[in-house]
Amino acid sequence: MSYDKELYQQVILDHNRKPRNFHVIDNASHNCHGVNPLCGDDITVYLNVDEEAGKIDEVSFQGSGCAICKASTSLMTAFLKGKTVEEAKQIKEEFHKMILGEFNPEKEEHHLGKLILFMGIREYPSRTKCASLAWHTLVGALDKKFDGISTE
Amino acid sequence: MSEPNTSVADGILDVEKIRKDFPILSQTVRDKPLIYLDNAATTHKPISVIERVRSFDAEQYGTVRRGAYSLSEKATQLYEESRQKVADFMGAEKKGEIVFTSGTTQAINLVAHSFGKRFINAGDEIIISNIEHHANTVPWQVLCEERGAKLKVIPVSDDGELVMEEYEKLLSPKTRMVAVNHVSNALGTINPVKEITAKAHAAGAKVLIDGAQSAAHMKVDVQDIDCDFYTFSGHKMYAPSGIGGVYGKMEVWEELPPYVTGGDMITEVTLEKTTYAKPPARFEAGTPPITQVIGLGAAIDYLNSIGMDKISDYENSLLEYGTRLFKEIEGVRIIGNAHHKASLISFIINGAHPSDGHPHDVVSWLDRDGIACRGGHHCAQPTMIRYGVPATTRASMAFYNTTEELDALAESIRNGFPYGFVAL
Repeated sequence: MSYDKELYQQVILDHNRKPRNFHVIDNASHNCHGVNPLCGDDITVYLNVDEEAGKIDEVSFQGSGCAICKASTSLMTAFLKGKTVEEAKQIKEEFHKMILGEFNPEKEEHHLGKLILFMGIREYPSRTKCASLAWHTLVGALDKKFDGISTE
Repeated sequence: MSEPNTSVADGILDVEKIRKDFPILSQTVRDKPLIYLDNAATTHKPISVIERVRSFDAEQYGTVRRGAYSLSEKATQLYEESRQKVADFMGAEKKGEIVFTSGTTQAINLVAHSFGKRFINAGDEIIISNIEHHANTVPWQVLCEERGAKLKVIPVSDDGELVMEEYEKLLSPKTRMVAVNHVSNALGTINPVKEITAKAHAAGAKVLIDGAQSAAHMKVDVQDIDCDFYTFSGHKMYAPSGIGGVYGKMEVWEELPPYVTGGDMITEVTLEKTTYAKPPARFEAGTPPITQVIGLGAAIDYLNSIGMDKISDYENSLLEYGTRLFKEIEGVRIIGNAHHKASLISFIINGAHPSDGHPHDVVSWLDRDGIACRGGHHCAQPTMIRYGVPATTRASMAFYNTTEELDALAESIRNGFPYGFVAL
């Protein structure tokens, strides 16, 4: 799969304008508030986890931020539905390393699916936190971090 | 497109010649020529400053105000000459009225601490404005909390101008300090500091003017303003970072206790008691950033060689040019339209898709074209709240910028709309 900048730009644009799973889950089994104090990205991730099967049944978010942050969170929610908690954490690790430029999904086996469209972020180090806030907040929710997550 | 308007800006300064003085401006970013428009954050250094710092370190560096040997005496002399240059540059009456600090943040903290310790008591009032940098907000908030004093805030109009009638109402016999900026870093507003000062003095209050954004962009005369304190940052005036300072009226300085204590700020120390040196030494404990002070002096020499009036005329022409360009772009809204404005344009994207054009996306988008702008709350969150925006994108100009660079900025913004300003 080659890296198509123009196409990926359009996907991010689309998810920013029409974020998926953009709502609150009432009585969610897990949730976490994540902020990026330096730039003001502010999201809350909601999850319903089937504890017995260790599976994510439902995932959604609310919040505001830049296109990278919102699109990253939107794509994350769409991608994680039906995945196990273990898989989600592994994907988070790969995603984070990819945007830092430490993991190249074009050369190595990965579980990122179309999330590799965020690979271009490695060219913009100041935007890493915009793309990763969703994932840090997800892990915060899964680990029951009630104080929320801050990138600073 | 607007008609070419280079004549307005080009006649005032020989910008091409000036640009050759700044080595960093000739580089490329992402294969595009660097267009540096974040001068409100920090400015670049002319070769004369870079060379002076090098030659001082290579040939003249020594400790100051301590050594009785030649190297130290010469370094002390040069250090004090820099202080004189700052005093002259700002129109101070006496050289000793200039106290060096690491920059404006430390300068305001110094005044808040020392002035507060001596003069602020429970029930007293301090006035700031709604368009201050956090550096001129937080120190006063902390002081008010510590002392049981009250912080009052001058409101700002939709255009970004302080509402002077409201300011007058805030003044009272309890007002001890009025602290406002000369130029707002978030909006560019030039505040009527002379009028603000006169009114504060009439109420019996002292005045601090935060000059971080003004000192290198207009002629400043602290005696004409009549303020009690005026702060500045070297790295925003083409000098090295880590140096700045504060002008204070000598009779006000003399009444204040020290902020930082230690070596060099004393007259005598016994194990029982210490007596403090006179200003400015009282407020300059420890070994100062000597080389940076020399660099600051060189930067002032450079600014003087061009002339502050020419600099402000030229930068004003850039502001007019850029403002006209921006007003022609559909989907751009300028935040801050004060009548008197420094050369800075803060804006938001307000296009067909409301979610497009967050300042952080815009800044990355511009970076693709080699353009350095700031996106964020500019350390002025109360200002952002006032205008109902989380952040803005800011282009802040200096005399080494050109109308062509502003054309490129406008062009890059126009090109961003179809892509929602998403840079990858």
